[in-house]
Amino acid sequence: MSVFAADSSGSALSGLRRSRFRLNEEVDVKVNGTDHKVDVDGDTPVLWVLRDVLGMTGTKFGCGMGLCGACTIHVDGQPTRACLTPVQAVAKGHVQTIEALAQSDVGAALQKAWLALDVPQCGYCQSGQLMSAAGLLATNKAPSDDEIDAAMAGNICRCGTYPRIRAGIRQAALALNGGGGHGA
Amino acid sequence: MAPDSISRRAFLRAGAAAGGGLLLGVMLGIPAARAQQPAASFEPNAFVLIGTDGHVTITMPYIEMGQGTYTSVPMLVAEELEIGLDQVRLRHAPASDKLYVNPLLGFQITGGSTTMRGAWLPLRQAGAAARVMLVQAAAQGWNVPAAECAAERGEVVHRASGRRVRYGDVAAAAAGLPVPHDVALKAPGAFRLIGTPARRLDTALKVDGSAVYGIDARVPGMKFAALAQSPVFGGRLRGVDTKAALRVKGVRQVVRLDDCVAVIADHTGAARKGLAALKIRWDDGPHATLTTAALRQGLQAASAGAAARVRSEGDAAAATGTRVAATYDQPLLIHAPMEPMNCTVHVRPDGCDVWVGTQVATRAQAAAAAMTGLPLEKVTVHNHYLGGSFGRRLEVDNVTRAVQIAKQVRGPVKVIWSREEDVQHDVYRGPFHDRLQAVLDERGMPLAWTHRITGPSTLKRYLPPAYNNGFDPEVTEGAAEIPYAIPNLLVEYVNHEPPAVPTGFWRGVGPAHNVFVVESFIDELAAQAGKDPVAYRAALLEKNPRALAVLRLAADKAGWGGALPARTGRGVSLQSVFGTYLALVTEASVADDGTIAVRRVTAAVDPGIAINPDTIAAQIESAVIFGISAALYGEATLANGRIEQSNFHDVRVLRINEVPAIATHIVPSTEAPGGMGEPGTAALFPSLANAVHAATGKRLRTLPLDPAALKVA
Repeated sequence: MSVFAADSSGSALSGLRRSRFRLNEEVDVKVNGTDHKVDVDGDTPVLWVLRDVLGMTGTKFGCGMGLCGACTIHVDGQPTRACLTPVQAVAKGHVQTIEALAQSDVGAALQKAWLALDVPQCGYCQSGQLMSAAGLLATNKAPSDDEIDAAMAGNICRCGTYPRIRAGIRQAALALNGGGGHGA
Repeated sequence: MAPDSISRRAFLRAGAAAGGGLLLGVMLGIPAARAQQPAASFEPNAFVLIGTDGHVTITMPYIEMGQGTYTSVPMLVAEELEIGLDQVRLRHAPASDKLYVNPLLGFQITGGSTTMRGAWLPLRQAGAAARVMLVQAAAQGWNVPAAECAAERGEVVHRASGRRVRYGDVAAAAAGLPVPHDVALKAPGAFRLIGTPARRLDTALKVDGSAVYGIDARVPGMKFAALAQSPVFGGRLRGVDTKAALRVKGVRQVVRLDDCVAVIADHTGAARKGLAALKIRWDDGPHATLTTAALRQGLQAASAGAAARVRSEGDAAAATGTRVAATYDQPLLIHAPMEPMNCTVHVRPDGCDVWVGTQVATRAQAAAAAMTGLPLEKVTVHNHYLGGSFGRRLEVDNVTRAVQIAKQVRGPVKVIWSREEDVQHDVYRGPFHDRLQAVLDERGMPLAWTHRITGPSTLKRYLPPAYNNGFDPEVTEGAAEIPYAIPNLLVEYVNHEPPAVPTGFWRGVGPAHNVFVVESFIDELAAQAGKDPVAYRAALLEKNPRALAVLRLAADKAGWGGALPARTGRGVSLQSVFGTYLALVTEASVADDGTIAVRRVTAAVDPGIAINPDTIAAQIESAVIFGISAALYGEATLANGRIEQSNFHDVRVLRINEVPAIATHIVPSTEAPGGMGEPGTAALFPSLANAVHAATGKRLRTLPLDPAALKVA
């Protein structure tokens, strides 16, 4: 379906050879502009580095298999599933998380639309939804319904906020394109 | 007492608030600096605390799992207290049945769509009492009669002189006054906040990653655990080879329990990697050959046995006329909230702290107390936002399991279940088998209605005093009382527990399985009579004007009777459950290969007084979409004593591209508020099945709806 398809052979860590990953050195990772050195195996999913080592719990665990999108972050601007991405693989990249979403025009516009429409219910999936949506609007200023579906179908919401997510993306796109003018 | 003195009780509370303010602020995502409580504050009851800075902290007796309680409950307080919602801060309630009892259910619990019904009077009273005391304190300070003063937007005003004072500035004085009881509440005509689509108070936290869920708890020195429980229900741990696991960087120890193994590590990645490196041997136990077919056979066999007579009107057995009969079968259902089960625990010789998102804080407390042997008052439950629940977090097995593990770990430990564990160790919505019979008169209208429900009782296990010899109000809701005037009625319940598989509450509870069969069967009767499904129902609603009103409104707004393309149909369903009247019209298309596409859902709801119409619309959207996932794909199957499903590749749920247009229409009402969290789910199953019938002529009596049965030959 998408670049985020899970490794269907099972566990995210299966098949990873020890020799491909640094196992006894610290790993460098740059998150939201700040450099960190973390003392974990290089094959540790960056999700756990963010949540447990760096204490940044905005990025969520939902499935561990790249099927639900709750863990979506940006790596060099690309929406990426943190539960399947080894931290060593992003050592040379720039990781951005929900905690820094407001810093971009796209992110701020999405958050404003989400507030205006009261998109979240339980809210647990929303970090991932917003990161996926931000990835979409960063490259497509006026997505069609099909393009919204394609970009967002990897993000599950069990509370049924999908209609408001779609409306939120449209409202943010409108605001970014100079239209709208709706207050938050 | 002098206006600037404070009562001892208020002082003690202020001290506690000041000390606890920082921690509470962190837990609710409020920046630490703002969370400091001032030294003196006014706390007339367990719900309302007003600081000298004027901020109003409301302690939430009902938790937030998406259904909007953290906005609608503050609205009740704010309405009577005369403050704006922008002045409100929220605090999760601690465990206390005494202070935070749900009056409908008798203990501290959020669930069963009871929050608005439970909070309606007590929370308004809490706000009103505080307001009266603030007005009185201000009046005393000005030496004027209280009757000449009014409260508006966080201030007390003396009309004649124009003097005003902020609540914060009279909080200390108010704390010295006696708390009034039974303060007169506003009449609905005077509401300025209740009834408006006020913006949610928790949205800001949920769009920037700062909302703290149970799984996000951070405790200094905490370790992280991944666990494996016996895959076969009732199995035991025979042995485990831990060598490879203990060599994984970051892994600290392996904990063995009777039926579970846990790896403890410095972070969850290492714990999961260590868990994958374990060689575990299970003793599968007596249920290792259990299958879905065996469950179904057991249920069907039991349905022929002795039944509890739940309701009897007239003499259904004696009625004569055209007989119509049908049986319906519904599967085990999985919850799969987005936040997998988890719990963080610190067990110490002198006490225990539990960090979790739970619908039942006192049950969590009791479970930890029982497992540690500590007295209740030594166990502190720190509640959180819940990342979805749908009834899963009414159970405290996550707490019990985490305490078992934590007893063998030095320091705090966060136990996170994998999605596989969450799916395979769910407390499932149980399977049901229903037999219905009706006798129709010469016009095709029902003279007699007989309904026998067979399936498990959650109340029997969960709240034994509520289960009385086979009379279970939860498992029969939506069947024991139906909206229609039928002169002879017999409703029976046969309690049958499936072997080994744990069953519990799932969104919609009793109505979710009962309304499916009731509203499918009434549709079958309409077809038998050759009558339109809406007209058929309307003819039976003379004595039920609120039900008739929502039925007519839904049909009207849905364009009932209008032309549709081939293999597209509309189905209706009507119910009065959870204190709310709801009619749903679902429009669906069925492709030639049998695939069902839900196009449009139109809801007409009479929830009594509509506290927040946007929350009502959101809950219809939520409950309907949750229902569609289950109606199309929902089924947990068993093979070799274990659940076959494990993650979102085989637990299929609706994605954004499959969602229908959903419209909600609210009937204005001044009746007491009903619940909104669950009605939409119960209504969706039959309205969709009825739409499929309208589209294809095929009546499906089994869930999930099977495309193979709808294929064009």
